[in-house]
Amino acid sequence: MDITFLLNGETVELRAVSPTETLLDWLRERRGLTGTKEGCNEGDCGACTVMVLSEAKPRPLWRALNACILFLPQLHHRALRTVEGISGPDGALHPVQQAMIDHHGAQCGFCTPGFVVAMAAAHANGRRDFNDALAGNLCRCTGYAPIIRAAEAATAAPVPAWIAEDAEKLRRFFLPEISSGGPEGRGAESPPPAGDGFLPADLDALAAWYAENPDATLIGGATDVGLWVTKALRDLPKPCFLAHLPELRRIEETPDGLRIGAGVTLNALREAIAPLHPDFAELIRRYGSDQVRGAATIGGNIANGSPIGDGPPALIALGADLHLRRGDARRSMPLEDFFLDYGKQDRAPGEFVEAVTIPRQTDRLKCYKLSKRFDQDISAVCGCFSITVEDGRVTAARIAFGGMAATPRRACAVETALTGQDWCEEAIRAAQAAFDRDFQPIDDMRASARYRMEAGRAMLMRYFLEDGATAPTRVLEVRA
Amino acid sequence: MSIAKPLPHDAARLHVTGTARYIDDIPVPAGCLHLAFGVSPVAHGWITKLDLDPVRRAPGVVAVLTAADLPGANDVSPSVHDEPLLSDGSVHYVGQPVFLVVATSHLAARKAARLAGIACDEETPVLSVDDALAADSRLEPPVTWEKGDAEAALAAAPRRVEGVMELGGQEHFYLEGQAALALPQEGGDMVVHASSQHPTEIQHKVAHALGMPMNAVRVEVRRMGGGFGGKESQGNALAVACAVAARLTGRACKMRYDRDDDMTITGKRHDFRIAYRAGFDGDGRLLSVIFEQFARCGWAMDLSMPVADRAMLHADNAYHLPAARITSHRLRTNTQSATAFRGFGGPQGMVGIERVIDHVAHALGRDPAGIRRANYYADDPEAGGCPPPAPPGDISGKKKVQTTPYGMEVEDCVIGAITEALLESSDYRARRAEIARWNAGSPVLKRGIALTPVKFGISFTLTHLNQAGALVHLYQDGSIHMNHGGTEMGQGLFQKVAQVAAARFGQPPDAVKITATDTGKVPNTSATAASSGSDLNGMAVKAACDKITARLAEFLAAEHQTTPDRVAFRDGAVFVGEERLDFAAVAERAYRARVPLSATGFYATPKITWDRVAGRGRPFFYFAYGAAVTEAVIDTLTGEYRMLRADILHDAGASLNPALDMGQVEGGFVQGAGWLTTEELVWDERGRLATHAPSTYKIPACSDRPEIFNAALWDRGRNREDTIYRSKAVGEPPLMLGISALMALSDAVAACGDGHLYPGLDAPATPERVLAAVARQREGVA
Repeated sequence: MDITFLLNGETVELRAVSPTETLLDWLRERRGLTGTKEGCNEGDCGACTVMVLSEAKPRPLWRALNACILFLPQLHHRALRTVEGISGPDGALHPVQQAMIDHHGAQCGFCTPGFVVAMAAAHANGRRDFNDALAGNLCRCTGYAPIIRAAEAATAAPVPAWIAEDAEKLRRFFLPEISSGGPEGRGAESPPPAGDGFLPADLDALAAWYAENPDATLIGGATDVGLWVTKALRDLPKPCFLAHLPELRRIEETPDGLRIGAGVTLNALREAIAPLHPDFAELIRRYGSDQVRGAATIGGNIANGSPIGDGPPALIALGADLHLRRGDARRSMPLEDFFLDYGKQDRAPGEFVEAVTIPRQTDRLKCYKLSKRFDQDISAVCGCFSITVEDGRVTAARIAFGGMAATPRRACAVETALTGQDWCEEAIRAAQAAFDRDFQPIDDMRASARYRMEAGRAMLMRYFLEDGATAPTRVLEVRA
Repeated sequence: MSIAKPLPHDAARLHVTGTARYIDDIPVPAGCLHLAFGVSPVAHGWITKLDLDPVRRAPGVVAVLTAADLPGANDVSPSVHDEPLLSDGSVHYVGQPVFLVVATSHLAARKAARLAGIACDEETPVLSVDDALAADSRLEPPVTWEKGDAEAALAAAPRRVEGVMELGGQEHFYLEGQAALALPQEGGDMVVHASSQHPTEIQHKVAHALGMPMNAVRVEVRRMGGGFGGKESQGNALAVACAVAARLTGRACKMRYDRDDDMTITGKRHDFRIAYRAGFDGDGRLLSVIFEQFARCGWAMDLSMPVADRAMLHADNAYHLPAARITSHRLRTNTQSATAFRGFGGPQGMVGIERVIDHVAHALGRDPAGIRRANYYADDPEAGGCPPPAPPGDISGKKKVQTTPYGMEVEDCVIGAITEALLESSDYRARRAEIARWNAGSPVLKRGIALTPVKFGISFTLTHLNQAGALVHLYQDGSIHMNHGGTEMGQGLFQKVAQVAAARFGQPPDAVKITATDTGKVPNTSATAASSGSDLNGMAVKAACDKITARLAEFLAAEHQTTPDRVAFRDGAVFVGEERLDFAAVAERAYRARVPLSATGFYATPKITWDRVAGRGRPFFYFAYGAAVTEAVIDTLTGEYRMLRADILHDAGASLNPALDMGQVEGGFVQGAGWLTTEELVWDERGRLATHAPSTYKIPACSDRPEIFNAALWDRGRNREDTIYRSKAVGEPPLMLGISALMALSDAVAACGDGHLYPGLDAPATPERVLAAVARQREGVA
């Protein structure tokens, strides 16, 4: 494939790129830009963080992304900055770099380029929530305190011109040629020759091609598929990239609710869902890291069928429907019906996830993510609850869990045990006994089966206790 | 003067701009090859079939080596030659290197390494402490050291507690994985760049592997992307593999572990089981403590002997034990060979006694901080410690020096003074009372607070390692080139030592060029370990600088017809009496006068003696002290928790660089707290490490640091021993400040019960373990 992007302010045109070559390998091994480091090669440490600008309107929103699990075609028509492009062309330091020196934010220095880029992205976006912005960057030396001090110290400084200019360059270089396709970059290619990757021009082109090429590998943000390449060392057949398609990245409010395109990133979903279901937004805040959420798509999170993905339990609890498409044929189903068994979903060859819809409803959703580490950890158990209580009686309950079964799954027996009961502690305790009928979780390195069951039951109790609680029930509510 | 200035790390600008070079960033010669190990799929057994043809046929593969193909010694052990580079046919853990792939790219080597057909006759692996005890699988017989008659003193004690604690290991998770690059030279010589804390050992092992003398091998280490003990011996295999492959192919060879390979292959911190019995009086004063320490050492010796020794040496921490017996079991298991990790056994020993104190305080229903203070070694007022309380009945006024369980007099104790200051600055007493009130009104969440001290012994326990060399050049333009045997892994050693060199010459710190550690410049070095880097290399560099300044002084004295003692190096210049001379001009003149402007320096730590068999002597030159108060909140529904606040006061002596030392303190605390909370290593029933990547092994992330984090260096710190500018080693000791996080969780768990059942919280205290401990409190049964 041929791709074009801005690298540290300069246009780069690449011919015949290998579609599953990672940006990290390309930067280090071909381009000689060794400032970007490989720490884990799976998107968990942030040492390879780069910053990417994909939209110039309405305001430039830089995304920090992990280069180790970013394939080159994902950069097409984007502006990219690596640590080498964080300082100015004349060598002038970026404010975050100077602050990192002043506050002794680097010790061994190996995680530092990734931190610097993540900090520069946060700085360019005017963010101050550094615990979140930097949750995806691991440092083993400093204990983080000096890094946060540096990030805070740099907030006052303006965005350096060399970085601010990228938005204009992006507009000038790429947007005119793609203006017919919407506000964002898109591919414009005819179907690729065998063995090459594919950037479909639009959604219809994707649908038609994928129906004919059901063995293709659909790639949204590559935060999972990336590991098939970097860790499983697989060769991906017919990689096809989706994240640039505007139709898939749309979030629409309809009279019935919210329609979320499959290509919507978790970060975009977080922003859209926050006013409606704040606890879902809080769950997404702890989903992966900023680097992961900026790339990962909700469609990918659903389609890969992981039993421990955090999106599906919340969506199932909200009664979401999934919309699939094959060629021109479309069908919909309740999301929970999509997950048939471990690694098996109700998806025909050539069919892909197009969107998910969340019905409009009074917010009763609470999401409880339980993991060994609080931030940036895969859930041992993720429990999502939406229980409607009218006149002291449970009239409806939708409860779904991740990490408790081979798929994300509704707790039907628990729901049944609750529905129609008085909203009181005895009813909760009775419903807790129904967990055994819904789940037989497994032991693994994240948690024992027993703990998963205990925690699942405890989450139901938490939901009850939170309903009109006077004393705090979540550790995040407490300050020293 | 440059000493005590909070200067940035010497490479700070390189770090933040991404221009600091690590092994994988070094430009390589054309045709450089890349290596990967094929590893054992089973934990214990014999290889019956090894089909490497698919590996050889894989794209990009240049060569595939087995033990039979090695030109020299098949040995990468740092101790007793029990660790082959490539399997000799037997395999002892899942992940043990069996064959070596040499390929044209890193990815090609990794892909090919997975294609071998390996069949094994499996034997039942010895995995757990219980397995090892049942099979009597040991690296050496148990070691026991005793002070007094511990059993008799225990029997005579008015009160007793006993218990068993499980204490997990820890993955180093240096951000830069293991890496090495070998560059073949003329005549069979080899240059090796390694990410290693121990270049001399790399040189030694590579020389043996090549069948060459050490003088044919030069090892260079500019920096590591983190070490933490994990690069003391674990880099040997990569360096030797690269050198051997470079010898056989005649091409440069590079090897770096992918993260999963790194975690699967390399050793970690030893996990321990610690059984204890303690006798005490009604005030909580310990009368006797008996420990049995069971260390899971993995399959080979590596550094387990001194690690287990140091665990024994820290079984007292800061507490005077009138009688004590410590027995250490060094268990051999079919897992990665456990290795050095910041603290080197000390943390495990220390957690044991902190557990005992916590248990004693709980049994008495007392604030553990008070019990701790009641058991502290007496402070030394001369070192800045608290004055001794008037001893009742003793009017002699003679200071009674207390001894450790291994017979060393504790002369420099300041933990009492540090604790007093910290209790004050952290507002401990008021907060403890407030937390108790708060807990009474909070059914779901409970808070806990704990203070723990650190007393950590400074020196290698293998006495001969306490030496260091340096090489300093003064060039004729007045610029200074500094080299020493210490390695830079992020701790700021190079900067601190450069500040020493600058001070000796009276020059600004940036006048001193810091250069890569190089076995060709300073030979026979010890590992940068045991927190010794600044102490040893600072002194060696000082000695070298002083030789040069002495020669300059003599030259200038002759030139100015005065005496050398009238010559001073300060304020960026040279003074002869009151006359100020330009430093560069002096260097130029001295060169022309044929004054030698290059010098070596050497240092050997004085005073230390140690008989490890008897467990008696003075293994340490001095002790470093510190204390932390940590507050945590736990969720009694799920066991989740947050660290709310930590206050730290740490003794770095008269710090060479307070900013860099503070970095060690803050970072050490978080790393120690991580070890004891979220960092859980899990092996499955077949001995496979299930937590071999950051997706499953969770080191602290940003928000895991305490939300309020007040760390400070103790302002009265000054080493009573004659160390470099009276500073103290600071690399390892702060890690053990993190023990306060575990004890704060224990305190919060205790708040869930009625006081009759001790929480007995094991480590790592994952949310799952915290919830189990809460359940025990609520059910009232252990």
